[in-house]
Amino acid sequence: MPAAKVIKTIGHRVINTVWRIGLATRFFALILMYSGASFSRFRLTMKELFSTGVMSLIIIVVAGLFVGMVLGLQGYETLKRYGSESALGVMVALGLVRELGPVVAALLFASRAGSAMTAEIGLMKATEQITAMEMMAVNPIARIVAPRFWAGVISMPLLAAMFSAVGIFGGYFVGVVQIGVDEGSFWSQMQAAVDFREDILNGVLKSFVFGVVVTVIALFEGYDAPPTAEGVSGATTRTVVTSSLAILMLDFVMTAIMFRGN
Amino acid sequence: MERTTMDLWVGIFVVGGIAALVMLAMKVGNLGSYNVSETYQVQAYFTNIGGLKPKASIKSAGVLVGRVVDISLDTENYQAKVSMSLDKRYQFSTDTSAKILTSGLLGEQYIGLEAGAEEVMLKQGDQIKMTQSAMVMEDLIGKFIYNKAAESAQ
Repeated sequence: MPAAKVIKTIGHRVINTVWRIGLATRFFALILMYSGASFSRFRLTMKELFSTGVMSLIIIVVAGLFVGMVLGLQGYETLKRYGSESALGVMVALGLVRELGPVVAALLFASRAGSAMTAEIGLMKATEQITAMEMMAVNPIARIVAPRFWAGVISMPLLAAMFSAVGIFGGYFVGVVQIGVDEGSFWSQMQAAVDFREDILNGVLKSFVFGVVVTVIALFEGYDAPPTAEGVSGATTRTVVTSSLAILMLDFVMTAIMFRGN
Repeated sequence: MERTTMDLWVGIFVVGGIAALVMLAMKVGNLGSYNVSETYQVQAYFTNIGGLKPKASIKSAGVLVGRVVDISLDTENYQAKVSMSLDKRYQFSTDTSAKILTSGLLGEQYIGLEAGAEEVMLKQGDQIKMTQSAMVMEDLIGKFIYNKAAESAQ
């Protein structure tokens, strides 16, 4: 009976997904429980901050600059039709601070740092380094997972803020320096329209949530990967796909909650 | 990678990120220029507020003097009650009038204050008596058509 088989497959997939979500949640709780060492031995976190945060800087800054420049160019073309080029600053700043900054930075972070985390931990598992640690009574979650988690959570809002700041500069460069929008109205309308708590802090909150989600997904996939070459490659792919989808869906939910009604 | 080099880079990264946040807050969000000054609250009743929203600006002679805090409907007289917080530096007489105006043709609405001649100044919790409602496009068109009809009848 093919119909029964299809339904069975669906059921199996749903059960599997729920089971994995449950495992990931327990894993998240374990990370929080054993994060003492990531602060008392801050050097561990520092090392990860370097490899996740600092190494992602270049891609974030360059991407931010170009996204801001494109926003400036496209925004100008559209706003020109309504004779409101002076609102270019508002458009660029709100677009970046509310949405593009946190979301694009998180997507880049997931593919740049998240995939690396998964591959690293997956390979550690495949080469039985994690088992070796357990043999030596070293808690692998406290020693290798939690520092990576906190490094990701700390660096994500900083990266998103840099993305937005550089992007606004890119929009300024294209709009004011190249096209010749009035500089005064560019900044003053931006300052009048952007609210610190409503827009900037909500953007930071978004990027913080993305940081938590992306790193938990990346670490869980790595820790859960089958200890084979194929398993690690599959886990890396799943990290990028799952965290990208999670970012975009969560972004919609958070936008609906944060910016509803004005 | 040597320890000190790594520390340096992480330091640059964190300082750069915080600098970006501060830049966003100061230069883009304009934090600190208005919010820190002390304010006092006054109320005004309008028959129609049009598209006025909370946090709309309050201007006098074009200068930003405060923000709309809250808008609600007073069910005793069915008028809109607008609470506004005004900057302590700017004092207005009790016979000040408030108008709902529109910035530009399609811009957002704000409240314009015109100072009166009274010597007594508005205090915390006072009410602005003289108000002028927002212009509603349909009313304007209606009036215009009515006038035209009256003219042609003569």
